[in-house]
Amino acid sequence: MKRLVIILMLLASPLWAVDPKEMLDDPVLEERARTLSQELRCPVCRNESIDESNAALSQELRIVLRERMLAGDTDQEALDFMVARYGEFVMLRPDTSGANLILWLAAPVLLLIALVIGWFTIRAKRSAPEGLSEAEKAELEKILGS
Amino acid sequence: MLIELGHFALILAFGVAIVQMIVPMVGAHRGNAGWMAMAEPAATAQFLLTAFSFAVLTWAFVTSDFSVQLVYLNSHTDKPMIYKITGVWGNHEGSMLLWMVILTLFGACAAWFGDGLPARLRARVLSVQASIGVAFFAFVLFTSNPFLRLEIPPLNGRDLNPLLQDPGLAFHPPFLYLGYVGLSMSFSFAIAALIEGRVDAAWGRWVRPWTLAAWMFLTIGIALGSWWAYYELGWGGFWFWDPVENASFMPWLIAAALLHSAIVVEKREALKSWTILLAIMAFGFSLLGAFIVRSGVLTSVHAFANDPERGMLILIILAVFLGGALTLFAARAGAMESKGVFSTVSRESALILNNILLSVSCFVVFIGTIWPLVAELLFDRTLSVGPPFFDAAFTPFMVALAIVLPLGSLLAWKRANLKRATKPLVGWFVLAIAMAALAYAIQSGNSALGPVGVALGVWVVGGAIADLWVRSGRDGLMDRLRRMSRLPRADWGKATAHIGMGVTIFGIAAMLAWEQEDIRVAQIGDRWDVGQFEFRLDDVNQLQGPNYLTTMADISVWRGDRQVGDLHPEKRFYPVANMPTTEAAIINGVVRDIYVVVGDPQENGGWAVRIYLKPFANWIWGGAMLMALGGCFSLSDRRLRVGASSARKTPQGVPAE
Repeated sequence: MKRLVIILMLLASPLWAVDPKEMLDDPVLEERARTLSQELRCPVCRNESIDESNAALSQELRIVLRERMLAGDTDQEALDFMVARYGEFVMLRPDTSGANLILWLAAPVLLLIALVIGWFTIRAKRSAPEGLSEAEKAELEKILGS
Repeated sequence: MLIELGHFALILAFGVAIVQMIVPMVGAHRGNAGWMAMAEPAATAQFLLTAFSFAVLTWAFVTSDFSVQLVYLNSHTDKPMIYKITGVWGNHEGSMLLWMVILTLFGACAAWFGDGLPARLRARVLSVQASIGVAFFAFVLFTSNPFLRLEIPPLNGRDLNPLLQDPGLAFHPPFLYLGYVGLSMSFSFAIAALIEGRVDAAWGRWVRPWTLAAWMFLTIGIALGSWWAYYELGWGGFWFWDPVENASFMPWLIAAALLHSAIVVEKREALKSWTILLAIMAFGFSLLGAFIVRSGVLTSVHAFANDPERGMLILIILAVFLGGALTLFAARAGAMESKGVFSTVSRESALILNNILLSVSCFVVFIGTIWPLVAELLFDRTLSVGPPFFDAAFTPFMVALAIVLPLGSLLAWKRANLKRATKPLVGWFVLAIAMAALAYAIQSGNSALGPVGVALGVWVVGGAIADLWVRSGRDGLMDRLRRMSRLPRADWGKATAHIGMGVTIFGIAAMLAWEQEDIRVAQIGDRWDVGQFEFRLDDVNQLQGPNYLTTMADISVWRGDRQVGDLHPEKRFYPVANMPTTEAAIINGVVRDIYVVVGDPQENGGWAVRIYLKPFANWIWGGAMLMALGGCFSLSDRRLRVGASSARKTPQGVPAE
């Protein structure tokens, strides 16, 4: 109930990211909560983490996250809890399951391919005939000789 | 009446663009000099007409002519004059008109200063440039007409988004557009070269200043946007990996790659088809950016003119230009025979590595930006890709780039001696490691971010200085300095831009690693310490600004008995737009910024106050400015100076006697 009152009160005035009231007394837990909240996306805003967001829902998520911390969840358990409750959408760091592997592996694979192509380009350049070919030498001698 | 004239001028410009697209191209094909020469006055006329039309719209904003719908929607009589003017491009329609002014300006510049170009190439370049103009004129006239009138003019307007009423953001779009649209010039040169079927050193020299100018403006634009986010959004973030930010960052990365590969074309006539491809992709990413910003297909903090129909049209423009260009590329790239031969250890190889790292890092940004869309369409998963992904996937590329940069820039062209190139760097390498160790020893905690940033910063800056030093000969100090001052400006440009890169890397790492934060409720009269500073909340007042109400705190900062400064953070409320904003108060410093934000009043009296100490924050944007300055130096080099190549007079016809 007290939480609801706080949320309603804050709704009335323009809101503000991480409020002193929500912060946990234990600095270690609070630090963990801050780090985690930067990994979670505000579900109703345009691309902001709940740590930055001013939305009422973000505030609620911050409070829920801190409740999980107090309940003794590990970081992963807390994140899993949030995903189970609000969906995959809230994870700012996409997991590596299924198709997301493409996202994570695309760049390293492309880099590898690019390096191989680059290497062969350089090799080809090196082995390209430098100076004059036999035919050109013969022609040059003919011109110089005449 | 004037408004209608502006609209009419825009339609006329559209017509001129159509003619300029067709006639010179046909003329170049047939070898008809008269038809080719037509491009020049047409480009001038196009620019003058568009500029007039833009001036008319600006006049409507300045005089608050609310019979124009756009002015009514985005202006207000109480707004300060400067924001009335910048309000012209603070909306979709006006910003498209600004885009057109810049596009036609670049076309006109190519006509005015293109005397050194072969007539045929110039005609083709201007024709391709006009075709881009045609597409966007049609877009503006048919979907985003800024000159629509209201039947019954309202008494006052609805005001500009308060977040945009800020000097940093007011000038952010024009610079970005100069960058985006500047890349259209490189694109036009690439297409013209493909049509001609010929790329040589001269082409590399002609295309480089346009790319350099576009990249320079893009750098300034991005830095302004980032600086604005830093001081305006209220918690000192400077980069969010937001789709719209990424949209400006992708062309920047590709343009940086293009800048470097064009040097190889110019000096060594190698990497030709790759350079052409980069020129096409750079503008392609600009168009993709326009699509992302204006379609609303990706959610972004930049809620700016989200209209699916307009987005569709930009997507069509993108598909036509990119698809057409790539088809042409596939058909003609084989004709671009590279001449230059180089060994494995050479400047050419180093620049290839530079291009690989920049292009793949751009790809990382690209796939991260569009992945939510792909995942939703193909895999039915609604997910987000945010800063944690980009930090993890993008940063390694910049670290790798910073590691190889000093070495690569010292290698000789064609065939380099690795031992000779590394020799001047040994000292800097040792210094970089030593500074990193020192940073690690001083800092609290075990984070590697700060020390790595220090090492890379010293290494890159040192490498640039070593580069200049090596070029100054072997004699005494005075002699070396004298020679250094006589080095070509391009060399100074290169060193300055690379130093800027080192400074920015250091600034980002240092600020992220060593930031201090304090959030608390403070009563009036309270004193508390953050870092080595003492803060005192002296007073909080309610005041009224020209078009807003404000709650302003009075916070003094002390270091021992000495007052460092007086800060006035504000919470503003704009009644017309019904929107609150936070105005952080910042003491800027070379070593650190003191960043103070005031928040809501608390139920037991007192105010929420946030204080950040942000070490070396200004180095981030300082480095970006150095990069832009480096571009400026390079642009002013004799070799590239516009008109330098026209000194050679073309033989004049003599009348027969």
